Amino acid sequence: MSVTEAGSVPVGKAPLEAGKPDTDSRPPARGLRGEAARRFFRNPMAIVGLVLIAIFVTVAILAPWIAPYSPKDNSWLSEVRPGVYPGPSAEHWLGIDPLGRDVFSRLVHGARQSLLIGVVSLTLGATAGVFLGLLAGAFGGWVDTVVMRFVDIMLSVPGLLFAIAVAAMLGQSLTSVMIAIAVVNVPIFARLLRGEMLGQRTADYVLAAKSLGISRAGIVFRHVLPNSFTPILVQGTLTLALAIVEAAGLAFLGLSGSDPSTPEWGRMLNDAQSTLAAAPMLAFYPGLAIVLAALGFTLVGESLREALDPKMRR
Amino acid sequence: MSFLQVRDLTVTFQRSGHPPVRAVDGLTLDVAAGQSVGIVGESGSGKSVTSLAIMGLLPRRGVKVTGQVRLGDRDLTALTPRQMRDVRGSEVAMIFQDPMTSLNPVITVGRQLTEVITRHSQASKVDARREAESLLRRVGIPDPARRLGEYPHQLSGGMRQRVMIAIAIACRPRLLIADEPTTALDVTIQAQILDLLRDLVSESGCGLIMITHDLGVVAGLCDEVHVMYAGRVVESATATNLFGRPSHPYTDGLLRSIPRMDDDRGAALHTIRGSVRDLVPWDRGCAFQPRCDRAVDACLAGPPAVTDVSVTSPHRARCIRPVNVAASSTSVSKAKGGVR
Repeated sequence: MSVTEAGSVPVGKAPLEAGKPDTDSRPPARGLRGEAARRFFRNPMAIVGLVLIAIFVTVAILAPWIAPYSPKDNSWLSEVRPGVYPGPSAEHWLGIDPLGRDVFSRLVHGARQSLLIGVVSLTLGATAGVFLGLLAGAFGGWVDTVVMRFVDIMLSVPGLLFAIAVAAMLGQSLTSVMIAIAVVNVPIFARLLRGEMLGQRTADYVLAAKSLGISRAGIVFRHVLPNSFTPILVQGTLTLALAIVEAAGLAFLGLSGSDPSTPEWGRMLNDAQSTLAAAPMLAFYPGLAIVLAALGFTLVGESLREALDPKMRR
Repeated sequence: MSFLQVRDLTVTFQRSGHPPVRAVDGLTLDVAAGQSVGIVGESGSGKSVTSLAIMGLLPRRGVKVTGQVRLGDRDLTALTPRQMRDVRGSEVAMIFQDPMTSLNPVITVGRQLTEVITRHSQASKVDARREAESLLRRVGIPDPARRLGEYPHQLSGGMRQRVMIAIAIACRPRLLIADEPTTALDVTIQAQILDLLRDLVSESGCGLIMITHDLGVVAGLCDEVHVMYAGRVVESATATNLFGRPSHPYTDGLLRSIPRMDDDRGAALHTIRGSVRDLVPWDRGCAFQPRCDRAVDACLAGPPAVTDVSVTSPHRARCIRPVNVAASSTSVSKAKGGVR
């Protein structure tokens, strides 16, 4: 009894006052997610990012309907002469490329490729990474050592070299690009989750859960993992941005498939190279598309990080 | 009859490259049903390690636990980790110091309660939820049905500690260990929480081990008190005897350090000189000797034995020169404040 008045400390059994409510109860607040969402949507950066992503995703999904022509249709070849590439016009909003194709249609269809590569490689990479991180973080000990050494090895292989090696093994294809980007992301997710789980394992509420006889699996899946997942969400969004840039880079190198007519932003950049002096805008359009798509995911990722930061919680 | 019997509990921390450290040394403790036993000591005296050792929550690596912890007819130290998990939460449960960090921030109060209930019983989810609601009501949380759906950060500190207590008593444990349950709370809330604990013990008949540095908490709540210093119990007595006639110079010093209402306003506060770090290993003499005003050469002759200092009631002190049995004027009703 640390009451202020010394003489008032009762020694015997005091009357029951357990039903007395605390005087300092706060007004009801929204749930955790509600508060994080409110912080997120108040952030202008997040809104800009969301708009960019919305445009990107809409364009990607509705590409065949948005694009006025087929991305492979080269029926305007006759209008193209060396050194003269028709610029924007009413029929061709962004002009015609050296091979006589509509640039706008190719750009729109390129969004499809980027989104596909981004989502598939992120899903693969994050799933594998989370699995490895979970394994290491949940078991610790020698499992942790083995898994993390394996992850270190993966991390030590340069991403681009690995992608070229995959392309060399599996042939130039979209699949190779997706596998390569996925593999590059595995160690990032694995380390992130493992580190977070290790930190959470010594938290007070984990000790409290242990003191209640909660099983090991229960502690990992109901307590440690849910508390460790926020950085994974943030990293996932940021990884989408990276994956789009990486996909463009690999396509630029010609690793994304054997059909050169496939609309792909990185490939468009590469195509524009040879005519850069005469038609710089042909490089500018896909470049801008890559930047804006990546920017959208980066902005959202950073805003998520801020909104979910536990230090922001009351 | 005491259902918890701790015999000669010793916890040794072993780190490679360092000499082993005995955090708890030969602790013996009994708790009877409906009884509240206090363990008092300052930081590093081994009181929290004692509670973790009883719960079997100390890490297995680098920690050696010897002695017996008998709960009923079972020795908890001999159980397998799986058996011990079944005991934790259902037969022994623990309330922690900081309710701000001891609840899982991302799941609702209701799920944290039902998790324990379904873990240790065959209750269905619906039953568990109903039980959770009545538990919250039992610990004095208004509008429990609504609170079940809330997250810990939506509750105040006192509320959270009530939730922690509700979780701890969810499976009607025979033994409740409260490790500084009020330290992190406001003074007014502290009193409410202690009232609740006292009430729960008398109502359910479970035993309570109250671990604290706050002598006031012990005075108001406990039947029996053990004072720990440097890993050993230096004095054991009923609360009345301990506060009325402290025998060990350490206990005496602690009680004298509590400012009293009738002290002269200008008078200097009493302190125990030195710090906990100034200690003699127990096997070479009395660990408290460097800080003790009554120390003589004989104090360093060997480990001091535990002696009975009272013939009428159980009152033991680990001291060769216990304080004059009836000398101290400090009484239970005057006790307040902390040990720090």
